[in-house]
Amino acid sequence: MRHIISILIENESGALSRVAGLFSARGYNIESLAVAVTEDPSLSRITLVTRGSEDVIEQITKQLNKLIDVVKLIDLVESDHIERELMMVKIKTNEQTRAEIRSLADIFRGKILDVTPTSYVLEITGPSEKLDAFVAAIAPETIIEVVRSGPTGISRGEKGLHL
Amino acid sequence: MELSGGQILVQSLKDEGVEYIFGYPGGAVLHLYDALFQQDDVKHILVRHEQGATHAADGYARATGRPGVVLVTSGPGATNAITGIATAYMDSIPMVVISGQVSLPVIGSDAFQEVDMVGISRPCVKHNFLVKDVTKLAETIKKAFYVATSGRPGPVVVDVPKDITDPKIKVPYKYPKKVTMRSYNPAVSGHKGQIKKAVELLLAAQKPVIYSGGGVVLGEASAELTEFSHLLGYPVTNTLMGLGAYPATDKQFIGMLGMHGTYEANMAMHESDVIIAIGARFDDRVTGKLDLFCPYAKIIHIDIDPASISKTVKVDIPIVGEVKPVLEQMIGLIKDSKAKPNKKALDAWWHQIDQWRAVQCLEYDRGSLLIKPQYVIEQLYEVTKGDAYVTSDVGQHQMWAAQYYPFDKPRRWINSGGLGTMGFGLPAAIGVKLAFPDAEVACVTGEASIQMCIQELSTALQFKTPIKIINLNNRYMGMVRQWQEFTYESRYSHSYMDTIPEFVQLAEAYGHVGLRIDKPEEVRPALEKAFAMRDRTVFLDIITDRTENVYPMIEAGKGHHDMKLRAAPGTSTDRELA
Ligand SMILES: Cc1cc2nc3c(=O)[nH]c(=O)nc-3n(C[C@H](O)[C@H](O)[C@H](O)COP(=O)(O)OP(=O)(O)OC[C@H]3O[C@@H](n4cnc5c(N)ncnc54)[C@H](O)[C@@H]3O)c2cc1C
Ligand SMILES: Cc1ncc(C[n+]2csc(CCOP(=O)(O)OP(=O)(O)O)c2C)c(N)n1
Ligand SMILES: [Mg+2]
Repeated sequence: MRHIISILIENESGALSRVAGLFSARGYNIESLAVAVTEDPSLSRITLVTRGSEDVIEQITKQLNKLIDVVKLIDLVESDHIERELMMVKIKTNEQTRAEIRSLADIFRGKILDVTPTSYVLEITGPSEKLDAFVAAIAPETIIEVVRSGPTGISRGEKGLHL
Repeated sequence: MELSGGQILVQSLKDEGVEYIFGYPGGAVLHLYDALFQQDDVKHILVRHEQGATHAADGYARATGRPGVVLVTSGPGATNAITGIATAYMDSIPMVVISGQVSLPVIGSDAFQEVDMVGISRPCVKHNFLVKDVTKLAETIKKAFYVATSGRPGPVVVDVPKDITDPKIKVPYKYPKKVTMRSYNPAVSGHKGQIKKAVELLLAAQKPVIYSGGGVVLGEASAELTEFSHLLGYPVTNTLMGLGAYPATDKQFIGMLGMHGTYEANMAMHESDVIIAIGARFDDRVTGKLDLFCPYAKIIHIDIDPASISKTVKVDIPIVGEVKPVLEQMIGLIKDSKAKPNKKALDAWWHQIDQWRAVQCLEYDRGSLLIKPQYVIEQLYEVTKGDAYVTSDVGQHQMWAAQYYPFDKPRRWINSGGLGTMGFGLPAAIGVKLAFPDAEVACVTGEASIQMCIQELSTALQFKTPIKIINLNNRYMGMVRQWQEFTYESRYSHSYMDTIPEFVQLAEAYGHVGLRIDKPEEVRPALEKAFAMRDRTVFLDIITDRTENVYPMIEAGKGHHDMKLRAAPGTSTDRELA
């Protein structure tokens, strides 16, 4: 099953490599990884998507918790949560296709960030499946580039992951 | 007090109470060595290879329970230390390794003797630090000792760039009394409810087994384990790492379990209905084939590391905590409990175990004209009155030492279990002897293993650490040969050396005493003679039966109930070897 592990980690050089190294050393898979500093500059937040059986996920969370730099973590999938990923897509356009792409972008609540006579850059955010659906909806030969942030997430309600 | 980085490092070690530091100098640590030169409190042991430094510090740590401290230079000094760091990591041994690094401004430029020590050591340390600010140096050293020695112990590397130790830059020094780390809070006491459930399950058991490991040694809980076991009257088995944590001569002890464990211990595990694992980690050498592991048992597991619990074997009652307080709580509950161990069931269980014991799985051919390695260990036990510190290398000799020297005290049996590092024994013995100069220290080794760190014979002379090296010389990498005999139709691919040094001369060249023994009747007198030379390191080159194998054995893919036993005396299945 797919799990989204959200980690608060010391914002120190090498901290990320401890997480990445753990996954490669123990043969766990990482589907995506998003990292940025939090409101507290001494802490970073890593959102990591992985897949595995319950036993494997249990070991992953235990091994992550064992890393000295890891302050706290939760598996977002265990409770109600919101998941968002950002995607930018560069698409070939011409007179005939522009309108069609614009209306598709509207349906997906996308934004047009850049326009040239032959291309668009679109921004779309949402759960990862929505981004997948958008990519599937456009003709593959028109896609110049797809850039995705990897999902990030947050739990619903007033509880949060903090110190 | 204003000090330079080099002085801060030395002063921090002093304030930490460090007695010995095992090291080897080089460019990146010259400032530090200069600071060491100007004091006498921290004694520096100059090894002959950085691997030796790590194993010696490791031996010191295993024997004393205090962290071993290592100092190496950058680049090759640091990489040479890796094997010893990994060895300590696998067996959860507290160690602090200070490695020199190139100066901060040139890090990343492929500078002379630069290697990314933080990166290279990362997978085999509990934690590591790169010091980037001299004002944080003392605090970092404190943190390193705190992390290395608390929770599940392990090695910690502190990588110190040369400019951090610059004698011209002085900053105020204060060694913190205590550090706290918001991201690191190892568990101590276990969950009360779980402990209660565990005790109830234990008291209801019909065929219980206490399976204890290295965690009891690390957690200084031998007395508690012994009291707990006596209170219940249940059989106790130890892992290789746990030997000595429960007195091996006690009648409730049924021997080591696992691949080369006793028949009775493995059969008891297989038939058991309740197992309590105490500071043991269900290693593959212990479990055999996982699907066949303890098919009838409910399992309780006490471990300080949650990641050790249900890692390979799913357990029914996990208890995360230090062995000592958890066992103390259990002892209290058992004493207060109205329920008592089921005497009838227990009698039947012991009766069964005695039948397995009667197989005498450790018997060997005592009439042989060749020296049997088992006999040497038995004699070593007698000559040292069972009270020596025994370090070992890796191979058959290691298993024989574990099987034939019954350890009654913890921290006496010092070997590399998890990594299985050949070359460990000799430097480890030096570390032990420094810690306990009045104790007998023996290193049981093989002719292949001893060559991996033989250069430390020179260290032993310089620092006057008289140890006895028991070289069970079978002219084979016996452990490898045994596997080749059993699973590769005796195709002994590269498991022997066509040239083996003349060890007696080699020992003498290093300034020690060398003795060669090739007849069984010479073994006892030679051992007595060697141990009588209290102030000399003696190398006993003992020419043993080269066809001997370690029995009993669980072969790959088999379960505990399916052990390969030695053929009856006189019907040896061992092949004649050229
Ligand atoms: C050639 C060879 C053959 C071998 N054959 C065998 C064999 O037949 N049988 C055998 O048993 N081993 C054998 N080994 C050793 C084996 O590889 C493992 O090293 C060993 O079994 C592990 O022992 P352990 O389970 O006690 O764990 P250790 O490695 O000692 O780990 C200790 C456990 O205790 C926990 N712990 C630490 N401190 C505390 C504390 N204070 N409180 C609570 N928990 C704590 C740790 O988290 C860890 O889980 C062999 C090794 C070699 C090289
Ligand atoms: C550094 C290292 N290299 C290789 C091995 C694999 N290995 C395990 S036992 C062994 C043979 C050891 O031979 P010896 O020291 O003579 O001991 P014996 O088994 O003959 O008693 C080898 C090569 C190892 N454990 N460590
Ligand atoms: Mg040998």
